Amino acid sequence: MEAISHAGTVLGVLAKDGVVLAAEKKVTGKLLDLSSSKEGGYGGSGEKIFLLNSNVIGGVAGLTADANSLVNYCRSAAQKHLLTYNEDIPVELLAQRLCDLKQGYTQYGGLRPFGVSILYAGYDAHYNFQLYHSDPSGNYSGWKATCIGANSGTAQSLLKQEYKDDITVKDAVGLVLRTMSKTMDSTTLGSEKLEFAVLTLDPETGAPRAKIYRPHEIDALLLSEGLTKKDEDKDAEMKST
Amino acid sequence: METSFALTGKGYVLIAADTTAARSIVKMKVDEDKIKALGPHLLMAYSGEPGDTVQFAEYVERNIRLYQIRNTYSLRPSAAASWVRRSLAESIRSRHPYSVNLLLGGYDVASHDPHLYWIDYLGTIAEVPFAAHGYGSYFALSLLDRYHKPDASLEEGVETLKRCIAEVAKRLVVSPGTYKVKVVDKDGVREIEI
Repeated sequence: MEAISHAGTVLGVLAKDGVVLAAEKKVTGKLLDLSSSKEGGYGGSGEKIFLLNSNVIGGVAGLTADANSLVNYCRSAAQKHLLTYNEDIPVELLAQRLCDLKQGYTQYGGLRPFGVSILYAGYDAHYNFQLYHSDPSGNYSGWKATCIGANSGTAQSLLKQEYKDDITVKDAVGLVLRTMSKTMDSTTLGSEKLEFAVLTLDPETGAPRAKIYRPHEIDALLLSEGLTKKDEDKDAEMKST
Repeated sequence: METSFALTGKGYVLIAADTTAARSIVKMKVDEDKIKALGPHLLMAYSGEPGDTVQFAEYVERNIRLYQIRNTYSLRPSAAASWVRRSLAESIRSRHPYSVNLLLGGYDVASHDPHLYWIDYLGTIAEVPFAAHGYGSYFALSLLDRYHKPDASLEEGVETLKRCIAEVAKRLVVSPGTYKVKVVDKDGVREIEI
């Protein structure tokens, strides 16, 4: 639990037509090779936000190695369900599977628990869009908006004030980004330190669509929300020279 | 010989199975129920090897119920059908396969429509508007081809079913005397008199 309170923040907000997840990256720097997140795969740098199944995305906070192991287990569990039942695993069920595993490590074998908290954002036909949070003990609960990791308390109270029950995805995106900018360590928001993902329904097929944003898409999004300070910096530079 | 038919209509699935339990030349019982309710909106008619049938049907029923109890909501008909199919597909290549043929009918409460699945002992599955198992299927299927309407009311569906039953009674050498008929719709599972 200590490790998690020092880890990068992960924020999730449930809207009536989708779910939004954002995370602060801790592993950054000029020398970091980000080519895989820019071109290949499905977006995300593989540090905070992961695609767990076509209808669920997960955001992790805590020990990275533990998190990777859990994400892998999650993905296997989701596919196992697909194999047996030929349907996408219901979100709560996926959270339960992972929590059963986490709980096992607190009771059997003399092994240490997984030091990871996870936010699950997903869609299923039973309960539509859902957001769940699980912690190392194996407890989970459903949320309308929640936060894990560093400064989660501040973020949680900010969300409590601003969240409205029938919020749309568009407004949720704005809410998430504004809250992130207030709780993150760095002064400016940028694609270097931010991971962002949205889960909505495809308007034609009605199937869930997970979109994990690539760095340039995050930059464009921040620009449209008016949260980048890059223009001001450039103006300041030009004025000084 | 064991006969079962099923058809879908506007918001319902109708399943009928004969009620004769016989061994060789002897009729042991004429009021056997061969249609199991697997859940609040799921019905399954079984036929095949005696012993295997009830064993497998009970196994399916208990597992479906376990899922429902564990997970607050019940399996949708398509998911239940996939699970049953996989069980049979694994069984066929085991030391002693289950020799059971099934008709699985259910009402999907999430998407508000009825579904019917024809499943055989090999693990073949087909989602169909109407289906039949047994020797009676040779007569029933042609009639259903001709008279089935996908959006028929329950009364019309029952009329079509009665035609099938009459034809089997007329033409099959050892035809069953009585049938049990059950329907599943948004209100759940119930038996109907015909």
